[in-house]
Amino acid sequence: MSFWTRHQIFEKNSIILVVGILLVIAIGGLVEITPLFYLKSTIEKVDGVRPYTPLELAGRNVYVREGCYLCHSQMIRPLRDEVERYGHFSLAAESMFDHPFQWGSKRTGPDLARVGAKYSDDWHVTHLINPRAIVPQSVMPGYPFLSQNEVDPDTIADHMRTLRTVGVPYTDEQIASAGADLKAQADPDNAGGDAFSKRYAKAVVRNFDGKTGTPTEMDALIAYLQMLGTLVDFKIYNEKANLR
Amino acid sequence: MSQPSISKSMTIGESGLAVVFAATAFLCVIASAKALDAPFAFHAALSAAASVAAVFCIINRYFERPAALPPAEINGRPNYNMGPIKFSSFMAMFWGIAGFLVGLIIASQLAWPALNFDLPWIQFGRLRPLHTSAVIFAFGGNVLIATSFYVVQKSCRVRLAGDLAPWFVVIGYNFFILVAGTGYLLGVTQSKEYAEPEWYADLWLTIVWVVYLLVFLVTVIKRKEPHIFVANWFYLAFIVTIAVLHLGNNPALPVSVFGSKSYVAWGGIQDAMFQWWYGHNAVGFFLTAGFLAIMYYFIPKRADRPIYSYRLSIIHFWALIFLYIWAGPHHLHYTALPDWTQTLGMTFSIMLWMPSWGGMINGLMTLSGAWDKLRTDPVLRMLVVSVAFYGMSTFEGPMMSIKVVNSLSHYTDWTIGHVHSGALGWVGFVSFGALYCLVPWAWNRKGLYSLKLVNWHFWVATLGIVLYISAMWVSGILQGLMWRAYTSLGFLEYSFIETVEAMHPFYIIRAAGGGLFLIGSLIMAYNLWMTVRVGEAEVQMPVALQPAE
Repeated sequence: MSFWTRHQIFEKNSIILVVGILLVIAIGGLVEITPLFYLKSTIEKVDGVRPYTPLELAGRNVYVREGCYLCHSQMIRPLRDEVERYGHFSLAAESMFDHPFQWGSKRTGPDLARVGAKYSDDWHVTHLINPRAIVPQSVMPGYPFLSQNEVDPDTIADHMRTLRTVGVPYTDEQIASAGADLKAQADPDNAGGDAFSKRYAKAVVRNFDGKTGTPTEMDALIAYLQMLGTLVDFKIYNEKANLR
Repeated sequence: MSQPSISKSMTIGESGLAVVFAATAFLCVIASAKALDAPFAFHAALSAAASVAAVFCIINRYFERPAALPPAEINGRPNYNMGPIKFSSFMAMFWGIAGFLVGLIIASQLAWPALNFDLPWIQFGRLRPLHTSAVIFAFGGNVLIATSFYVVQKSCRVRLAGDLAPWFVVIGYNFFILVAGTGYLLGVTQSKEYAEPEWYADLWLTIVWVVYLLVFLVTVIKRKEPHIFVANWFYLAFIVTIAVLHLGNNPALPVSVFGSKSYVAWGGIQDAMFQWWYGHNAVGFFLTAGFLAIMYYFIPKRADRPIYSYRLSIIHFWALIFLYIWAGPHHLHYTALPDWTQTLGMTFSIMLWMPSWGGMINGLMTLSGAWDKLRTDPVLRMLVVSVAFYGMSTFEGPMMSIKVVNSLSHYTDWTIGHVHSGALGWVGFVSFGALYCLVPWAWNRKGLYSLKLVNWHFWVATLGIVLYISAMWVSGILQGLMWRAYTSLGFLEYSFIETVEAMHPFYIIRAAGGGLFLIGSLIMAYNLWMTVRVGEAEVQMPVALQPAE
């Protein structure tokens, strides 16, 4: 029986054809994806990476909602020009708590993986309201409406609880004080500031949008942008130990 | 009918579906009242209204219809079910124009950012997913559903399985598009490219897709032909694999069942790999396997020639679906994804060139002995040029997946140009060609209203594609080179914003190309509309059919 005659078993039995298709398409995905969950070398061992603070998380959700990832990557490749332009190449560990990941696929605007602490809060406020006020050639949309929208401190704990279920290591304490922490991070005069700073290493407490009252989406987004790429201290990062 | 006195009663499908939709309407009203955010309240209300409308339509249809359901055969000939096909064809044209228009708007926004108007709902970041979903899933998806329902009936010589089920598929799918699209404008997104709809839209799509698979598969099982026709293998691979990809990429935990926000189960590197395993195979199985099925039916049919090589189609089929699924990591070259995964992705992407061109050869060589028809039949020309574009982009793709090439092309407009040579040239043209064939067939017309207008559509759209992809090649390669340019002193030569400024003329050319493509589709819509409105009816000639063995 020739190969072509044998193949008729697929041509004459729809269920066998479907099973054949399923088996053939399963292989590639299984081989490429499954090991990423157990190979220890997949994610580097790094100090400093922590889950997002409540305010940063709210800002990240704004980033996702407005589709920032469509024009800004958060993934610096280990190429000479990128490392010089943006900083140390991105580590897998730096996005290990990202649900979903925000590596992006297009740079209509520059990479943002290490944009944190590069510009002042004022710069970000002005730029987000009208990018062309600062960079005349920019093609970025303006987001003035962010200053008008307040962030809800009451529901952010639910978001953190959901994230904990999918694997982000938030502590009970962090979840219990989520609403207070959200307000504390945007208000340097807040009494809860010290306790907040203990719960989140390296978190910056500032009035990001320069306005008093409940934090706005502008506060949240800038808090998120200002922490991007700042958690790992590359002066003490052991490059050799994590060679892969 | 042998028993004219048959008593009329609701089928289990009718009563069951009416009850399910009534319950859904009730639940959606509650969800809308308890909603935590405005978009969720809106979508729940929309779903409630749609469920009520569905109950009304089912009951109304029951009172309107004769006691017996439409027979599977009339006088020994299959009684083909054309209603859902007509609906999907119409929706394909509608969403196509909408999707091309949104594409033109966002292309213009990149050239002239003032067009964002500082408004949340129409800024680039929200309109871009609307554009991609409208053209891929709304336009492409409706073309695939319409043609698959047509091809599976004709090539199996049986009526489409199910009574209400095919209608559930076509209307349910378009309702998914409506929820997804309005969601983007309201800021509801998972941020996973080409899988942006949130958890509730994903759940609904899963239900619709399973019914789609069942309708298609049961029709194949009921077939009167011993062999399953090649096009149906590709349709099956498309439907089955899209289901697997959708389930693999989208498991997410909603923050609340009364809110739109969810968090995806996968994180960081694993999420990235799942995403591009999905993303690349949305291209491979939605935009390739599905449309190859169209190629395998419509080109032989229109050219009136048999497929060039049956054996090539067997090799082409298995090689394509086996290799495609590995290619995802080439979207993640030089990222934090481990090198071994990147290398595997690159290797299989290059191998993929071969089955892709096998398919192209099979499509083009089907024209053997009928090449003269290209001069006289602009519809066939559109179909054949689409296969040529398929060949071009399936050469470009493997080339771009080579890591050194990718280090230049990634993150630039070159990727956008590559996607559009495939999307406009291959998927767009093969869909247009198929719709130009399908509309006269489904509406029982002798032919199209005007072949001259098809000719105009062909040339206007082709010019648009050429402008689009050449502008993106130049801007992409230019920007990639500018990013890595160094001065003689060893400093980066250009700031980022200088590279953005250099893109401006090409963004204008690209918008012009997109505008031409849109004009072409408007010509097409007019032509199809007139075909249905004033076209001459085809007289059915009784032909005795023999199964092919």
